[in-house]
Amino acid sequence: MPTNEIRNRTAEATKYVGNTPFAEEDGSERAETIKRVQEPQHRPKVSIKGVNAWFGSKQALKNINLEIEENTATAFMGPSGCGKTTLIRCLNRMHEMTPGAKAKGQVILDGIDIYDKSIDPVIIKRRIGMVFQKPNPFPTMSIFDNVAAGLKLNGVKDKKLIREIVEESLDGAGLWGEVKNELDKPGMSLSGGQQQRLCIARALAMQPEILLMDEPTSALDPIASSKIEDLVHKLKEDLTIIIVTHNMQQAARVADRAAFMYLGELIEYGFTKQIFQNPEQELTEKFVSGKFG
Amino acid sequence: MSGNTGKQPTRFHRKEVQKMMVKNARKAKLIDKIVSIFAILCVILAVIPLSSILFEVIKDGIAAISWDFLTGKPSAIGRAGGGIGPAIQGTLIVVGLATMIGAPIGILTGIYLSEFAGGGSFPNGVRFFNEVMTGLPSVVMGIVGYILIVINIGSFSVWAGAFSLSIIMIPIVSRVTEETIKIVPNSIREAGFALGIPKWKIILFITFKSAVSGILTGVVLAIARIAGETAPLIMTILGTSLFFTGFNSPVDALPLRIWRLSSQPYESAQEQAWGAALILIMMVLILSVALRLLAQRRGLAVKAEI
Repeated sequence: MPTNEIRNRTAEATKYVGNTPFAEEDGSERAETIKRVQEPQHRPKVSIKGVNAWFGSKQALKNINLEIEENTATAFMGPSGCGKTTLIRCLNRMHEMTPGAKAKGQVILDGIDIYDKSIDPVIIKRRIGMVFQKPNPFPTMSIFDNVAAGLKLNGVKDKKLIREIVEESLDGAGLWGEVKNELDKPGMSLSGGQQQRLCIARALAMQPEILLMDEPTSALDPIASSKIEDLVHKLKEDLTIIIVTHNMQQAARVADRAAFMYLGELIEYGFTKQIFQNPEQELTEKFVSGKFG
Repeated sequence: MSGNTGKQPTRFHRKEVQKMMVKNARKAKLIDKIVSIFAILCVILAVIPLSSILFEVIKDGIAAISWDFLTGKPSAIGRAGGGIGPAIQGTLIVVGLATMIGAPIGILTGIYLSEFAGGGSFPNGVRFFNEVMTGLPSVVMGIVGYILIVINIGSFSVWAGAFSLSIIMIPIVSRVTEETIKIVPNSIREAGFALGIPKWKIILFITFKSAVSGILTGVVLAIARIAGETAPLIMTILGTSLFFTGFNSPVDALPLRIWRLSSQPYESAQEQAWGAALILIMMVLILSVALRLLAQRRGLAVKAEI
């Protein structure tokens, strides 16, 4: 797959700027993680173990444990304030950047705890892409530069490689056809839905293994939203997607697995079909049937 | 209010409120008109002195301007002719040097205050001192320059003048920088962090770049302010009728020259003072327009709406 080829080349190109914190993986720990999985063809990409998070003295997440499979889309859903956004922001150590916020626990990515002391919270974000609630392209940059920003500002200088990756990322985000003739225009000149796909392309350019999407369609109209949902289906062939949504229909449409959260706790986690058709918890049943939330 | 007894929805106050709204709408329209007329009057009041100053300066100053006036040395007191060449040159040198010292320090202070400092007691202290410094009479900066530099090197000098002016400049620039960078929405920074870009690069290539046009405006404001300062220059560069001879010697400047010329009782000197004032205004105007055009051409505008 050409994507993997480019990912390898990016890894090569960024090696000298310290972009590969996992270059020396701890083999034994990784083997242990693999052993723990029953089905060998589906190893967990991310294991969340005992994650607690606070805003000041207010606890936003209470002992969250779940495992996320590779090449799937997982939805975190729940009513406002349930902690779903906080949880997704713990997965790339973005949560702790909010003043007064802190997080504890383990988030194990391919056998490495990203909360380990030896992990640089800046560098870890290069492996985990993130798309935000509101489209936020860099306002002073062109469409091309927006996509290239992550590579350029992390020290990649190979212009030919950057150009290839920009084209491929825009194509991957379903935007190439619409913008290929206006790559020099400012990113802000695009429509809201296009801006959001530009942000997805910007994240894809870093060749992430995981893409975190924090209510990516909440600021978009239904047509733009459905384009993003189609993208999720396409993108998960190549990476692992975690999507936060308060829209249950969306969760049902895009996710292989769904986690229902309430008041900072994980109430239920399982296959999306099971969560929607045959939930184990009464609270989940009430939520998916629209009785609250 | 207490309509829970019956089954029908009770809007007891609907008619009453609607009547009041109609009455209030008429009143609001009237007040609207009065306020807008008042505002326009205030604008006119503000523009009158401004435009009359400009008009006066142009009317009385334009006659003095000639090539010799712009490039020549001042003539002896009481003699007609002569020019303000050394003053133009001196202003460019002293203000340029002061900007080179003051603008970077001010901008970096502003970046520190907005991106690194938060609300601790040290940054709040810095903000407080900034405010105090903005309000200090400029003559105080002149005295500081005199004591620290003029006395130490034993001569009035360009360095002392640039030093004093840069102290005036720093708090203005740092404040504008802090305020402008704060406007850049946090979502932009987060987008940078999510790509694993180090903080200093985010500040330099994303946050600062988004704010640069506002910061430039602040720098221009500060330059305009120091270009017109007279008091600190009397105590630091002294003023001379010679062209620039070195950074450790006295030099002339436009505000000083305007002050000297206007205090002479001769009509030719008075006319030259108006001419020099016109040149000073034009210099500031050209600088400000040029920087604005530069910022526009590069598309460096703050877009805060996100």
